[in-house]
Amino acid sequence: MIQLDNVYKSFNGVPVLRGISFQVQKGEILALIGGSGQGKSVILKHIVGLMKPDQGHVFIEGKDICHLKGKPLEEIRSRIGFLFQSNALFTSFTVYENVAFPLREKTHLPEEEIRKRVMDQLEQVGLSGAENKYPAELSGGMMKRTAFARALIQNPEIMLFDEPTTGLDPIIARTILDLIHSLHSRLGFTAIIVSHELSRIFQIAHRVAMIHEGILQTIGTPDEILKSKDPVVRQFIRGASEGPMTFY
Amino acid sequence: MNWINQLGAFTIFYIERMGRMGLFLVKAFLCAVTPPFKSSWVLKQVWFIGSQSTLVIFLTGAFSGMVLGLHGFYTLNRFGSVALLGPMVALSLIKELGPVLSALMVTGRAGSAITAEIGIMRTTEQIDAIELMGLNPFRYLIVPKLIAGIIALPLLTAIFNVVGIFGGYIIGGKLLGVGEGTYFGEMTAYVKIQDVLEGIYKSLSFGILITWVCCYKGYYAGYGAEGVSKATTQAVVLSSVLILFWDYIMTSLLF
Repeated sequence: MIQLDNVYKSFNGVPVLRGISFQVQKGEILALIGGSGQGKSVILKHIVGLMKPDQGHVFIEGKDICHLKGKPLEEIRSRIGFLFQSNALFTSFTVYENVAFPLREKTHLPEEEIRKRVMDQLEQVGLSGAENKYPAELSGGMMKRTAFARALIQNPEIMLFDEPTTGLDPIIARTILDLIHSLHSRLGFTAIIVSHELSRIFQIAHRVAMIHEGILQTIGTPDEILKSKDPVVRQFIRGASEGPMTFY
Repeated sequence: MNWINQLGAFTIFYIERMGRMGLFLVKAFLCAVTPPFKSSWVLKQVWFIGSQSTLVIFLTGAFSGMVLGLHGFYTLNRFGSVALLGPMVALSLIKELGPVLSALMVTGRAGSAITAEIGIMRTTEQIDAIELMGLNPFRYLIVPKLIAGIIALPLLTAIFNVVGIFGGYIIGGKLLGVGEGTYFGEMTAYVKIQDVLEGIYKSLSFGILITWVCCYKGYYAGYGAEGVSKATTQAVVLSSVLILFWDYIMTSLLF
């Protein structure tokens, strides 16, 4: 369903991605792990066409998104939900208006139908009763849930999560990952999750890919990754300060 | 030879930027004339750029007219032409000061806010979010402001002119003794429709210029608070300079 083929990307001459290739099958959850600044978010932005690779291709259901423009690109994007690290909520809109926005602008549904779908969605993410609040009045976890509800409102086939637990306390972080897991079981979307919450992500993901210094260090099932003999992988999943990886 | 390389790189950089800015305006106009049209978003911007600027335009217009009345009276008095105070104040305001000062005030009040708003939306990934919903951010963020600028600037300029003319009358007529009939009578004799149109054309073009520059600077703002503050400063400075530059070009073309 999603395929990256030898993707290279540099910023101001600094290479960030150096020949990344992997595939994600329909309905699969792939966890992207790796140190900060290793290019995980950059990979997600390539998948939705917000960034173009210097070299290589990104295919969504066989279509190279790097060469799409206008309507075909909009059509593919409307099948993808993206949960931003910063949530990207519209600060001048209420929770309800944020979640209703894609439906109001992309569909011709009557307002009663939109209201019903938005309220259902808010209930699914545990935000019933918060529909009239503005983002500034929400906690970190509630903002994340609002962004999640907005990303899901168009029933996307693919969900991309960019560090959905960053900045949240351990309990809320775990709740958000549990929510992703339960909604995946119910809705069956294909997902890529960038996360540092390794213990829970290893339980949720079907496969785990580690990015290190712009290359795909390893990819496999959580069991395979946990048993990996690769010193870089071992150091990262154990969180050891000593080893081949250097931290700044 | 190093300086030649630097000069070449500098020239290419600025030509590229100007091209990007030009394409930004073309894209905004193309979105403005093709559906879907976002009339409620336009109305909100007319309220923000236009209605919210009324007080500052009123005050600026009043004091500009009063200063013109004062200066005009003493200058014309030297030549025994005090009767021409009305046309002098009106023509100065309608042809020149009204459009230019209104545009500068709107740049300071609304232009800076436009850049900051779009810049913050850029840095907090709200613009990316709109794109990823399969929507065109230009239709929601740029086009309504551009249309609102085109609607609001001529109206604000008209308010500025009317208030300014009355400000001039309060000083020249009420304080310094120029008769009401003389002030307004001479004005109607000397001010032609062509003069009024000149001011309207100017304010229309300033409306486009301010929203274009301020939206563009916000849309391509750098990251973080520093990026947004730099973009806001650049937007106000560039808009102000371009207003004065374009005013000269328009004046020389319309004369």
